[in-house]
Parts: sequence; C-alpha cells; structure tokens
Amino acid sequence: MDDLIADFVAECRDMLEALGGEIVAWEAQPDDRTRLDSIFRFVHTVKGNCGFFEFPRLEALSHAAEDALADVRAGRRQPDGALVSAVLAVIDRIGEMVAAIDAGEDMPGGDDRSLIDALAPGAEQHSAPAAAAADVQGKVASPLRTIRLSVELLDRVMSTVSDMVLARNELARRLRESTGDVAVDGAFERLSAIIAEMRDAITRTRMQRIENLFVGLPRMVRDLSAELGKQVLVDIEGGDVELDREMIEMIRDPLTHIIRNSVDHGIELPAERLKAGKREIGILCVSARQSGNQILIDIQDDGRGIDGKKLVENAIAAGTLDKADAAQLTSREQLALIFEAGLSTAKKVTAISGRGVGMDVVRSNVERIGGIVEVDSTPGQGTRMTLRVPLTLTIIPALTVSIGNQNFAIPRSAIEEIVRANGESVTLEQLGGAGVATIRGRRVPEVSLAEILGLESNIGERDRTLIVLRPAGGDVYALAVDRIHDHEELVVKPAAPAVMATGLYAGTTLADDGSPILLFDPAGLAEVGGVKLEAQERAARIAEGPVTTTGPKTIPVLLFRGLDGGRRAIRLAVVDRIEEVARAAVKTAAGQLRVQVGEAILPLAGAEAAELGDDKVRVFRLNDGVQEMGYAFREVIDFAAIDNDVIHADRPGEVSGVSLIDGEPAELVDAHWLFAQHVGAPAKASEPPVCRLPSDDPWMQNMLRPIVEAAGYRVVNEHDDIEADLVIAPQGETAEGTERTIWLRADPEPTGKKDESIYRYDRAGLLMALKSAGAGRGK
Amino acid sequence: MNELLLVVTIAGERVALPAASVEAVVELDTLIPVPRAAPHVAGLSALRSRVLTVIDCMRSLELGATDCSDGIREAAVVELDGHHYALIVDLVEDVVEALSDPVPMRAAMGPGWERASQGMVETETGPLLLVDVAALIAGVEAKAA
Repeated sequence: MDDLIADFVAECRDMLEALGGEIVAWEAQPDDRTRLDSIFRFVHTVKGNCGFFEFPRLEALSHAAEDALADVRAGRRQPDGALVSAVLAVIDRIGEMVAAIDAGEDMPGGDDRSLIDALAPGAEQHSAPAAAAADVQGKVASPLRTIRLSVELLDRVMSTVSDMVLARNELARRLRESTGDVAVDGAFERLSAIIAEMRDAITRTRMQRIENLFVGLPRMVRDLSAELGKQVLVDIEGGDVELDREMIEMIRDPLTHIIRNSVDHGIELPAERLKAGKREIGILCVSARQSGNQILIDIQDDGRGIDGKKLVENAIAAGTLDKADAAQLTSREQLALIFEAGLSTAKKVTAISGRGVGMDVVRSNVERIGGIVEVDSTPGQGTRMTLRVPLTLTIIPALTVSIGNQNFAIPRSAIEEIVRANGESVTLEQLGGAGVATIRGRRVPEVSLAEILGLESNIGERDRTLIVLRPAGGDVYALAVDRIHDHEELVVKPAAPAVMATGLYAGTTLADDGSPILLFDPAGLAEVGGVKLEAQERAARIAEGPVTTTGPKTIPVLLFRGLDGGRRAIRLAVVDRIEEVARAAVKTAAGQLRVQVGEAILPLAGAEAAELGDDKVRVFRLNDGVQEMGYAFREVIDFAAIDNDVIHADRPGEVSGVSLIDGEPAELVDAHWLFAQHVGAPAKASEPPVCRLPSDDPWMQNMLRPIVEAAGYRVVNEHDDIEADLVIAPQGETAEGTERTIWLRADPEPTGKKDESIYRYDRAGLLMALKSAGAGRGK
Repeated sequence: MNELLLVVTIAGERVALPAASVEAVVELDTLIPVPRAAPHVAGLSALRSRVLTVIDCMRSLELGATDCSDGIREAAVVELDGHHYALIVDLVEDVVEALSDPVPMRAAMGPGWERASQGMVETETGPLLLVDVAALIAGVEAKAA
C-alpha cells in the first residue's frame, strides 16, 4: 500500500509541476480549451485515486473542482476570474495535502468548505490562494525528493560508468608501467575510489525492490480465482529484495504465467478441496530471497500437484520421448517434462492459462537472462516452482582460465566445482575417443577446452584442472583447462556477430591489463564439444548405482587384457574406477593377495597366475555396492557392449562364459564369483574380532582406538576376561605377547632387522596389520 | 557528390572506403585470437577500453591472409550495428574527395572483390573501387546467405 501511495504522490507531483505553467496561462486566457482539459484531467485523476486511498478531504475538493470544470467543458458555464481563482486555490490546497501525505504528516488544518463554496457560480472571489501557494513551495523542499528518469538514460549512465571503470583500469596499468610519482599515484587513488563509489551508486539506481513486481499479484489472483470460482489466498514474502530493474521486467511475464498456471491448474475448486481433506481456501505463496548473486523466487501452491506419469504419457504420445527412456526417468525428470514444448497435463485449454504459451516459453525466457526454472511437486499436496535469476545483467562474476597463453572467462554461476585431474577422487578415461571423468563415483563427460578451441596445450592431460559446469538446464560436464586464475567481476559487453556465430561465447570483456577476454557460454561449449546434455544425466545415474539392464542383449562392458594376456570383458557397472598403483602396494597378507589403494586395502584378483612386473600395476576397483575389491589387468582395450550370445562356462570360476565381442572371443569375468571368493568369507563371521588395547595408555585410547574400531574390531582392555584376537602394545612393554600382537614403536625407523614393530603413525601399515589379523581369525 | 573517401591498400590494391564510416585509423599491437571464429576474424583488440573485433580484409576478400606475426598493423576502425571493428589493411594513404557517384564495374573482378564492391568512383588520382564495409565484416559467409 505504501508503494501505491508513493506512486500516487509522485504522479501528483509530476502533474502539478507540469500544470504550473498551464494554470498561469489559463488564468490569462480562461477560454483556452486545451489548458482547461489538462487541469480537468488532473483533478479527475486525483479524485479517482483518492477514493481508492480514502483521503476524503482530497476527494471532496477534487470532486468539486471536477464538477465545476465539467460544467465549463460542457459549455454550461463561462469561465471567469472568480472560477479560475477558485480552481487554483483548490489545486494549491491539493498540492499542500499531497506534500503532507508524502512527508507522512497530518493533513494541514483548515476548512475546505470555503474553497469548495468558492467554486459555485457567482461566489465571491477568495483571497486565500497566494498564501497557500507559498506554503506549498516550502513543503515541496522536503528531504525525500525524488525525480523520475527514463531507463534509457540510466542505462547510458551505467554504460558510461562501465567504460570509465575500464578506462581507469587502463590508466592504472599505464601508471604501473611508468616510473611512480607519488603525487600522481595519490591523485589516481582518489579518482579510483570516487569511480568505485559512483559505480556502486549507479548500480543501486538500477536496483528496484521486487515488491514492484509483487504488488499487482494479489489483485490478479483475486480476479482469476473469482473468474474460476476458486478461493485463493496469496501470501507474499521478501518484497524488499532488490533486483535490477531490467531483470524485474524480464521475469514479469514468466512469473505471471506460473501464477496463472497455479491458480488455474494447481488449486482445486473449493468442493474438491474439501473432499481431499483440505481447507477450501487454497494458499499461494510467493517469496523472494537473495542467495549469493542470485535471486530465488518461489511460487508454491497447495493444489493438486503435477502428475508426472501423465506428463510421461503425454510426452510419449507426442513423440518427444522414447518408451525405453521414459521408464528410466526419475520423478524429478518426469516433472521437468513440463518444460518441454507442447506438453501439458491440463485436461482442457482454458481462457486463463491455456493460450498456447506453455512452460517451455517460460523456461526459455528465464534462461535467456541466465536464469533457471525448477519444479518440484507432490501429487495431492502442491507444486513449487523456483525461479533463479542473476541479480544484474551487465556485471558477471566470472572465473578466468587459460589455455596455452590465452585467457578466457567462464561465468561463475555455471560452475559447480573445480577439481584437479590428478586428484584422488578423479579418474580420466578415454572410451571410444570420448573423455569420461569419474569424479567421486559420478561419471561425467569430459571435454578438453584446448580441443574445442583447436588450440595447442602444452600441459599434459593429467595435470589439467577440471571445471565441472552445469549450464542453465541442469546437466553437468567437465571441462579440462590448463590453468585457472582469478575470480573477477567482469563488465560484459556483447561480442560482434561474427564472434557470437561460433556459439562458444557469451560476450567480451576487458581484463585489468586492458587486453580483451572472451567470456564462454557454457551451454555453447558443450554443444560444440559434442556433449549431449539431455542424455547425460541419465547415464550419470547409471554409473552411480547398480545397473538395471533392460535386456541381456546390450550389456555395456569394458574390454581389457588381463595380466596373463587373456582378452576379457567385465561389466562396466561394477567397475568403480581404474587405479594405477606401485608394485610395492601389492602384497600377500593373511593368505590373500591384497592391494593398497590410497588408504584402503582391497583383496586383489586377476594377478594370481601372472607376473606383476616390477613397475606399476593397473587395477580395476570393483564395487558391489557394499564392498570393494581390486582386479589387476594389463590394459583397457575398449568400451563395448555384449550383443552376441554368451557360452556359459561348465563350472563356476573367475570366468562365467565366453562371447564374441567385436568379432573376437572374450572371456566374461564373473564379478559375483570374484566377490564371493575374495571378500565374501569375512562376512560369514558373526562376531566382530576382539582387540585388546592397554587402558592406561591415553594415546592408544584416544588416537588408535577409533582406527581399530573402524577396522571392525571390538576393543577391550586388559581387565576384560575375553580372549582377544589381537593385542596391540607399545614396543618394549613387558606384557607377554600372544601370537597375534602388533607392537608399536614411537620411532619412525626400526631399531634393527628383527624389529617387526610398526611405527605408530604408519597408518597404512597399521591398517594392513589389522586387516590381516582379522582375516586370519576365520582360519 | 562530395563524399570523402579513405584510400587504403588491401592486398596491394588501392581501394576506397567511405570516410564517414571510419572513426579512426589505429595501429594494432596486441591481437587476441578468437578460436573457432570465421577465418576472416583475426581476433580481438582493445582501443580506449573498447573491444574491437579485428577483421583481416585479405581473408575477407579471399585474397590470402595478412601476416600478423610482425606485430603492428594499420587498421581502420568502423562501427556497425553498435559493434566496433578494426579492418586490417596494408596501408592507409589519404582522404580524397569523390568526384562521381559510384558506377557499377563492368569488367569481371575476383569473387571476393565482386562481393564487397559498391562500384567505381572517380577521384583526382584516378578511378578507385569503393568497398562496402559491411561486406568486409560479413566475410565469406555472406555469400551463402
């Protein structure tokens, strides 16, 4: 309401200012029709608004003036000096009152009766106006002065300031190059600070409270729901969030559309709501909040929700979705179908939202401004749509990266994470010439920026940095770059059409050193790089969990050569990643070949019958969802699919059968047998092994105990009368050692050749000892 | 017809650009390449905190490529649809007055010149080919469109 009043006050001010000259001219020429009309328009507007705001005195005044002027306009009355004066007095009084409203003061005292009476035909000329006018002049000079500006002018100022920032940057560079003069530097510093302040101020002028967008919603919803025979209560939050003016205009239509949809299709008729056990009044929540450099707008209703299955059916019927693909969709992906063109669950087209403009238009409008629309819905309980939009269009936080010696920028909003290609949780593989990065178990397509751009990169694949990008829309991919540099706020300008035609760039900007930098469009990079964004998310999910194969004919497998030279295949789904370990990391411990990978010690298969060589050993890390094990191999041949019949082996073993893959026979590795053989055994032990730790040793209790417990032991102390499977004691302790005692020494170096103790911070050694002791118990 | 013309040399040939469309003549030093852009886009450069898209006129006219390796090149800065371009030329000579309206060339030219030509104009130093700035910027693709 306050905003509406402020608007009203501003409008009155504008009109009063414009009228200033008209009134004087009218006074000189009372029969000038155009002047009369503009004055009439003013009192008419004031009258209309006053009724709405309940300012009875203003209304009475403006009404009286309007009546008198209407008579003049209709020719029922001749304007004379007395009338002109009376009208002017009324206008002055209105100005006075408007000023008081603006300042939040009480209405100026005094009776308006005499002014109104003066308007009557034949009334005495009134003498008050002059004094009143002087009074108004004083009021207008109140501190809360505002002016109205065209947005174009603001834009021009904004772009000039941007240029100024860039010019300052250039000057800064020149100053750095030349020999420093303290006085010049000082002056430049001051200039810099002023420019920065100016940029802040000008940025703020472009900001507007989102309330301006929300203020019309209750009315719109009221009209809509009345038309549809529904009852809807609108709850608005976060109106004080500020957003770029232009941005507000850009989201007005998408927001309106979503709300129309909610009221029309989401919220049910009162009778239906009662039947469903809800209150008959539906609730529509619209809230805005700022999160980093984004504004989130939630539109939530408690209506019937979106039927994901129905969307899938429609999509299949419309031919936009395969039946096979449809079965794989998660409920979230089903809901996301609402954004595909030509799909709707609405039973019939209505006048409200079914005007041929679908959610696909909403999405493309929001994405055009760098935003995202998300949908979440529970059938029967309601729907939530979330709009995420950037704060402003022109200044974009970005990350600068380089290939060779050229810098580029990537918008930060699209960056999900940054990992090193040689990091622990990252594996890079080439499958059929395409890059696949596995980052913490998630498979994402990997493309090299150098390759997309056709540039030379002198940095090896393993030494690059992977930037995981999520372009507007939701599917991730990894981009390999040589180096990453800085986070910067960049003033982005559109690039020339010849540059935009590449589809790779979103714009250009200038770095602090004055050289141009190209800003990438993450979605464009993916497209040029050949990453299929739509299909990707589904594939990534398959890698995360056990694969649900649709038929035996197409099993994705990894074709490899074993250490013994055999051509084998293993199901891709059980291979978590490929590790390369030193030969020394493979040891026989507790009657079983084991490999140490990072901090994990895994049973190792595939290496029994063969020489390991003395260099590096490559190992598949297999995962059955609970446990892990390793499988040594020589090299990966290819990524393939089994599409031939499998000839099954006669008896169970490491190889379950043979099939033709790419025209040559390959043995299929039986992952189940491997797990049963190598990690299945310890699972049979019902009781956890027991380990005895001295209770009076704080280091053992505080530092060691968690590790021992994590390794699966139950920890007891010397007072417990339980037979321990393992005893851990400090070296030199007199307590008699049992067969299974781990001695710990405080010194990193062993004291002699016979010293079998383990340095107490040799974590891997400790774990190995714990594991072998635990495994030995079963035998 | 007193239109002013900027006489430049492209691929060894003296041609005229409408002087009114040329904002400045600059010497480009740094050139940031634009990977994957059309071949006639030589790169980006900066002029007084503005980004210039640098066009290699020789490539645009399918007359080979300008050698940019020696660093400094002369270029004419023009504005088209709100974007600033720098047209790399061999040499910027002079501004002369056009003594006639452009008349169509009747002799056959190379395909590149054919596309960019706006006709022949008479000047005090003899006839010159008037080159269309927009055609230079559009490059080879414009032919297909």
